[in-house]
Amino acid sequence: MLVYILKRVLATIPVMLIVAIFVFLLLRLTPGDPAAILAGDAATPAQLERIRDRLGLNDPLLTQFFTWIGQLVRGDLGVSLLSNTSVAGMLGDRLGPTINIALMTITISVLLAVPMGVIAAWRHRTWVDFLVMSFSVLGFSVPVFVIGYILIQIFAIELRWVPVQGYKAPSEGIGPFFSRAILPSLTLATIYVALIARMTRASMLEVLGEDYIRTARAKGVRENVVLFRHALRNAAVPILTIIGTGFALLISGVVVTESVFNIPGIGRLTVDAILARDYPVIQAMILLTAGIYVFVNLLVDVSYSFFDPRIRY
Amino acid sequence: MQFKNKDFSDAREVLNVRNLRIGLTGRPNAKPVIDGIDLTIRAGETHCLVGESGSGKSVTSLAAMGLLPKSALEVQGGSITLDDFEITSASHSQMRQLRARRIAMIFQEPMTALNPVLRVGEQIMEVLNMHSDLSPSEAKKRTLDMMDQVHLPDVNRIFSAFPHQLSGGQRQRIMIAMALILDPDLLIADEPTTALDVTTQLQILKLIAEMQERHGTAVLFITHDMGVVAEIADTVTVMQQGQIVERAPIAELLTNPQKEYTRTLLTAVPNLTPRPARAAASQSEVVRVAGLDMTYGGGGFFRRSEGVRAAQDVSFTIQPGRTLGIVGESGSGKSTVARAIMRLIDPTAGSVNVAGTEIAQLSRRQLRDHRKHLQIVFQDPYRSLNPRWTVARSLCEGPINFGVPRAEAMRHAAELMELVDLPRDALDRYPHQFSGGQRQRIAIARAVAMKPDLLVADEAVSALDVSVQAQVLDLLDDIQERFGVAMLFITHDLRVAAQICDEVLVMQRGEVVEYGPAGEVLANPRHDYTRNLIEAAPGRHWDFANYRVLDSATMTTGATA
Repeated sequence: MLVYILKRVLATIPVMLIVAIFVFLLLRLTPGDPAAILAGDAATPAQLERIRDRLGLNDPLLTQFFTWIGQLVRGDLGVSLLSNTSVAGMLGDRLGPTINIALMTITISVLLAVPMGVIAAWRHRTWVDFLVMSFSVLGFSVPVFVIGYILIQIFAIELRWVPVQGYKAPSEGIGPFFSRAILPSLTLATIYVALIARMTRASMLEVLGEDYIRTARAKGVRENVVLFRHALRNAAVPILTIIGTGFALLISGVVVTESVFNIPGIGRLTVDAILARDYPVIQAMILLTAGIYVFVNLLVDVSYSFFDPRIRY
Repeated sequence: MQFKNKDFSDAREVLNVRNLRIGLTGRPNAKPVIDGIDLTIRAGETHCLVGESGSGKSVTSLAAMGLLPKSALEVQGGSITLDDFEITSASHSQMRQLRARRIAMIFQEPMTALNPVLRVGEQIMEVLNMHSDLSPSEAKKRTLDMMDQVHLPDVNRIFSAFPHQLSGGQRQRIMIAMALILDPDLLIADEPTTALDVTTQLQILKLIAEMQERHGTAVLFITHDMGVVAEIADTVTVMQQGQIVERAPIAELLTNPQKEYTRTLLTAVPNLTPRPARAAASQSEVVRVAGLDMTYGGGGFFRRSEGVRAAQDVSFTIQPGRTLGIVGESGSGKSTVARAIMRLIDPTAGSVNVAGTEIAQLSRRQLRDHRKHLQIVFQDPYRSLNPRWTVARSLCEGPINFGVPRAEAMRHAAELMELVDLPRDALDRYPHQFSGGQRQRIAIARAVAMKPDLLVADEAVSALDVSVQAQVLDLLDDIQERFGVAMLFITHDLRVAAQICDEVLVMQRGEVVEYGPAGEVLANPRHDYTRNLIEAAPGRHWDFANYRVLDSATMTTGATA
């Protein structure tokens, strides 16, 4: 098991390297001169040349690449072309809100979706099932910002239970954090509840037809025990997969929600960086997202064997 | 042969089924699945319910457990009483109380009947947790004691094992421990040994008998295997299409069956007497296998592993028009040999010569032209035909791949349908529109369409009812006679091997233990393993087709030894 985890961790190195090469080339080879953007419309060619020189944009590509990788390994993600501050610092500031919102979203999603899916499967083809599935279709089809504005209208403006916008870190108090994070998390959760509930239902439906479920019932086991002890663990692998993928997608998919709720997270940082062609920030963002993907996948793979003893590496 | 002959007429009636009718849910006017059956099972009695697939025997048992799939089937009339308690109108919680305590069930597939993610000890203990208020330590003690009673070795280790770490026999012992731990009045066993090897089957049958003796349990035993019935039954009830055909004490039923259907069932049971030797058509060989080795796994990156030697040094020859049977229990390597000869897997070493060509080391591309010489029929006709293809397309695909014009292939396909006794218009239908036996005929037709030199049948009749099995065996014989094709017949069933094989090769743990003419091997087994296999075959002393003890002249000496 430990050997397996070690192997998997080692295997992430080439993956990340390929991502790094891709990221580097993609941005250097696309048209658009960052020096021109930095200098503004009124800059003279001489000024542009000085800026290019300072940023190392005149060096051969290979030299630029190795310089960049070297810095990367030391944890130096470069300096933002736009704000002249360290990218690592910028990410550090912005990552907290995003990760917190994402964790809260995924927790809410799992707590709602898994029981919904289980009950829908149990009451297959009844009105309960129909209700869950209808919600699921709705969750998929309504755009995130619409849900966000509706929630703000109801809970922040009409009922005045929570603030309209903004963000406070958990370190500033759980209450203020929670009241501000709950609406964006619910907004984001809609689509994941739909997704996870669907997957749970499908997976449970399959498992509920298995012989060992009949055995459990033949033992006189109570129905809730049949569902949650006997069936759900067997149905876990596809559900875990979708949760893992969902979480990774969340990190990169928070842009709209962060805008609607005015949260200083990495989603907005990314949009700003792309519009300004702020290479170091864009590169760091892609690397970060890829890193989170790889890490979450690793976590999901390892967790399979926890739920299913037949999976051993 | 000794049958059980205890009289149960004074014993307490445990289960009473009266005029039971079960039909499709919400369709009371459709033809019922169970049509007015009566059944009485008394304390200490073993009551066998026999019939072919679709006869309603499993539905009857599920109804007694209150486990009918509600969305599909419902009780539409009659009653089932367990010691005067009416089951058909019981509430969910009443039924839950009853299960495991008063009435318990074991199922056919020990592979799938246990929950794969829970430790087997916990699964047994769960019964105690649900139905008694024993403390955790007492419950565990009782569980270990029960595991000991069903003769599981090293109970402390097995307690915390997962199902996939146990053998099929051990798993079935776990099921039995689970069913009997609360000492129920009635045990329903639904084909509990069908998926097991003969030697394991014998042990499990003995175990059920022992537990029954010890606890005085009534047993409703559902099976399609007349051999098993002959060994264990006190009373037999024969079912057909949801109705009871005949009911009698075992000795009476086997010696003097009253109904035509019962006679048909009994006549279809093959016995262990080998077929009369056939003269070889020619001295040439279609297949010559020498020193075939197949090792799975091995190598490994971090540490070298030995690998599993699934077949070692297997050699044999088959002449045209002759049938070689490879027999052995699960894990003996018989299917590995079949697959290696088909080149579905690549043998590790050895030579396979088919129709004059050495194919063991050919590359995939080189092999392609030789594929038509070799065709295979698989065990499960429900999965070996493409469900989205018409029969015609399945039959024509092979010949067309080898350059036969489409019209010609279609014409040949129509002929083949006649050959396997199916109507020509069946060509335009899809596999799900056929029964299991018909599908296996289609699978055979598909194989024969390629005009192969060697036909491999891998457990090709194992999934079929005995009467259908007999028909398919006849068909294979007929095809062999007509085309002179050589046949490699893989089976775990010695009776089937005795019916169809000219030569028999017995395998154990990847090695050949005995190889020779069927008459020799089955009549005078030299190896202990072969002898054990023959002795474990249930009902082997009875000649079912002639309602009498097997004639000692044809009786195999090995069987009496």
